[in-house]
Amino acid sequence: MKKIFALTLITAMLFSLAGCSSEDVPTLTVYNWGDYIGDGVIEQFEEEFGCKVNYEMFDQNEDMYTKITKAGGEYDVVIPSEYMIERMINEGLLAELNHENIPNMANLSDYVLDRDFDLGNKYSVPYMWGTVGIVYNKTMVNGEITSWNDLWDPQYEGQIFMMNSVRDSMAVALMTLGLDPNTREQADIEAAQAKLIEQKPLVLAYTGDEVKDKMIAGEAAMAVIYSGDAANILMENEDLVYVLPEEGTNLWFDNMCILKDSEQKELAEKFINFMCEKEICEINRDYICYNTPHQEVWDSLDEETLHTYPDADVIEKCFIYKDLGEMAKVYDEMWTKIMVN
Amino acid sequence: MKKFRIAALPFAVYAGIFIVAPIILIFMYSFQGAGGEFTLENFTRFFNFSDPTYLKVLWRSIYLAAISTVICLLLGYPMAYILSKLPNRIRGILSFLFVLPMWMNFLLRTYAWMTLLERTGIINTFLSNLGLPTWDIMYTQGAVILGNVYNFLPFMILPIYNVLIKIDKSVLEASADLGGNGSVTFRKVIFPLSIPGVISGISMTFMPAVTTFVISKLLGGGQNALIGDLIENQFKVTGDWGFGSAMSVILMVLILAAMQIMQRYEDENDGSGGVLL
Amino acid sequence: MKKKLSPLSIIYSCLIFVFLYAPIAVLIIYSFNASKSRGTWGGFSLKWYAELFSNSDIMSALVTTLTIAVISAAVSVVIGTAAAVGIYYSKRRTKALLTSAANIPMLNADIVTGISLLLLFTFLKIDLGYITILLAHITFNIPYVILSVMPKLRQLDKNAYEAAIDLGATPLRAFFSVIIPEISPGIVTGAILAFTMSIDDFVISFFTTGGGVSTLSIEIYTMAKRGIKPEINALSAIMFLVVMTLLIIVNVRSSNAEKKREQ
Repeated sequence: MKKIFALTLITAMLFSLAGCSSEDVPTLTVYNWGDYIGDGVIEQFEEEFGCKVNYEMFDQNEDMYTKITKAGGEYDVVIPSEYMIERMINEGLLAELNHENIPNMANLSDYVLDRDFDLGNKYSVPYMWGTVGIVYNKTMVNGEITSWNDLWDPQYEGQIFMMNSVRDSMAVALMTLGLDPNTREQADIEAAQAKLIEQKPLVLAYTGDEVKDKMIAGEAAMAVIYSGDAANILMENEDLVYVLPEEGTNLWFDNMCILKDSEQKELAEKFINFMCEKEICEINRDYICYNTPHQEVWDSLDEETLHTYPDADVIEKCFIYKDLGEMAKVYDEMWTKIMVN
Repeated sequence: MKKFRIAALPFAVYAGIFIVAPIILIFMYSFQGAGGEFTLENFTRFFNFSDPTYLKVLWRSIYLAAISTVICLLLGYPMAYILSKLPNRIRGILSFLFVLPMWMNFLLRTYAWMTLLERTGIINTFLSNLGLPTWDIMYTQGAVILGNVYNFLPFMILPIYNVLIKIDKSVLEASADLGGNGSVTFRKVIFPLSIPGVISGISMTFMPAVTTFVISKLLGGGQNALIGDLIENQFKVTGDWGFGSAMSVILMVLILAAMQIMQRYEDENDGSGGVLL
Repeated sequence: MKKKLSPLSIIYSCLIFVFLYAPIAVLIIYSFNASKSRGTWGGFSLKWYAELFSNSDIMSALVTTLTIAVISAAVSVVIGTAAAVGIYYSKRRTKALLTSAANIPMLNADIVTGISLLLLFTFLKIDLGYITILLAHITFNIPYVILSVMPKLRQLDKNAYEAAIDLGATPLRAFFSVIIPEISPGIVTGAILAFTMSIDDFVISFFTTGGGVSTLSIEIYTMAKRGIKPEINALSAIMFLVVMTLLIIVNVRSSNAEKKREQ
């Protein structure tokens, strides 16, 4: 008995010592989307800058927002999407960036810089961008899928994956109905809710990142998906096709930001700068397949890869999410009711 | 020996901070609106009979947990009975084999079913290779029930088994001597004596099944949300902690009430089968 | 008296065993499958094991899980044993009060315990992370220790302690040399229970973690939610082996102890 007890204490002490020694190096906590960084990028940064990175993943912007605002936790760098960045700027959650520490920003394409949600990129630096579309398995559908309306086609009962994300799924319904995806009208939101409830029997599941594996395996005929995930899985299964529906779609930007209460602001800026290096952008682009903000990397892409980069006439029909302000709560509640109905 | 009373002090302090205060906080939050004001809105929102969305979720949780429990009982009782009839040595080994999967991380066990049940999963690949119709169960309530039954079946078998092996052999002999055949002895003697085990089996299966959110999330695909998913969603995604707390209060009351009912039965006996080690 | 088992009950037992073990067996078999897809057998391979061990997220989660389990078990053994002794000698009302406090985490659903602690930590403005998981684990472990030590206290021979005092031992000394050895089996059981409960926990850690800290359970959940990953198969196989070995050791030891007692 005594032996066991002594042993326990010794191990406990050893472990806590081991814990302490690693505290000496500066630690940076990065909060990013799941499956959204190239292999070995973090390790490379740790090595180059002699620091430790705690890396945590979220599934949707709303998770991240709740975790940061309500449940305290120390995070330094976060990578939300544009509407969430707008909201976080308005609520004073983000730190202003010192552009002198991020010289690599000069390498980024003008296309992704200076967007409405953060004019002058005072608070955020582009990480990736893309669209939302439908990926389908051509062996499992009749003809071609061209429209959001196809997600309501009764012949695909139990064959559709929708996104487990309030903004993206509501936007799909609003676009199908020909309404503004940034609407703040109660009646519009209710119409979208009804539309999604009507769709439920056709939906196999509301998914996150696992949709990639499922579509590769052929679990269902079609899925609403982000462009990069689509590019990624198209390489794995040649029966898959990615389309941007004719009604238009969502154009989104995920940018890197630093939280106001970060105690590692300088290291965080180094991290952001590091992520904008050409070599890193290449690794990330090849691994996660989203559209890169880096001009040179973008220019070096071949025709086939450029396929997921929307051309001008598509862009014209695209819209960008805006912060919904107080209406975000209404969306949340509508979405919860859709899911549990 | 009165001096030893002081030894409980560290625990009293710890429990005050980490057990009692958090529960008080849940109650506080459940009566709080977005601006921190006192309100009953979180509860009225849940018990809204003109829009019973949330009540339906509660009902679904109870319903699925109840079905899972009944299946566990139907599968588990005969198994416990068979086990209790075995000679001592084999019995020890077999009951060990029943406990073994239970010590595996339950997420791994649930994950195992994901790989089995998917349309392109192991079972369906096997079936379609044999030219048989496939079994489309993933993302249905059936999958959630299956996950529950698989995870909690040992919790049903063990308490019943623990009670059955304690039944005095002489009682059974007496019943036989009095002319009772096998089924009479079972109905009139064994089953009534095993009720306490059944009760604790039911509570050990029903409680985790009604509060789970992992099984429904992994096997149910999001659309078969249970009350646990709803609470998790309020705390992790939408950030409406008031509403989440209110639902936790409701869940707590529900479980305490169920416990109270179970307790009444269990008190009649020494409460065997509680701890499994 | 001993009847032979009917063939029906043998078949039934086998079916239940298949139900319980088939999923685990499948995971273990597929952990050696070179192909990533489940439908096909791509030949025997250990590559998922290699990938598992080179996965730094999983390895650091493993360290977190083990250190939290050891530290929380050690702390709860100390607080819990002291608490059991204190409660045992307390007056009726204190006893009832403290026992019900200890019962709360055992009766409550894990999700309720988890969010109640989340509320507490945010209320006290403690950043979520390693420390909060540790405090949470201590919280739900103490009751298991109390529960295991209590019965041993009830079996305690009161005269032994009195005798030690009469022989001139200080109460503290008498406590450590007479009471502690008597209740030590309960303490060991409590420590093992606490350790396993801590390792097995997912829900409470899930609500009290933050800042990139994750336990093995959280890591498995994150991976499982992102789809089927062959590395988890390898992890399952290893965990199954570890659990089996540990349980066999514990069982053999306890049955040996029982035999000794019988002699």
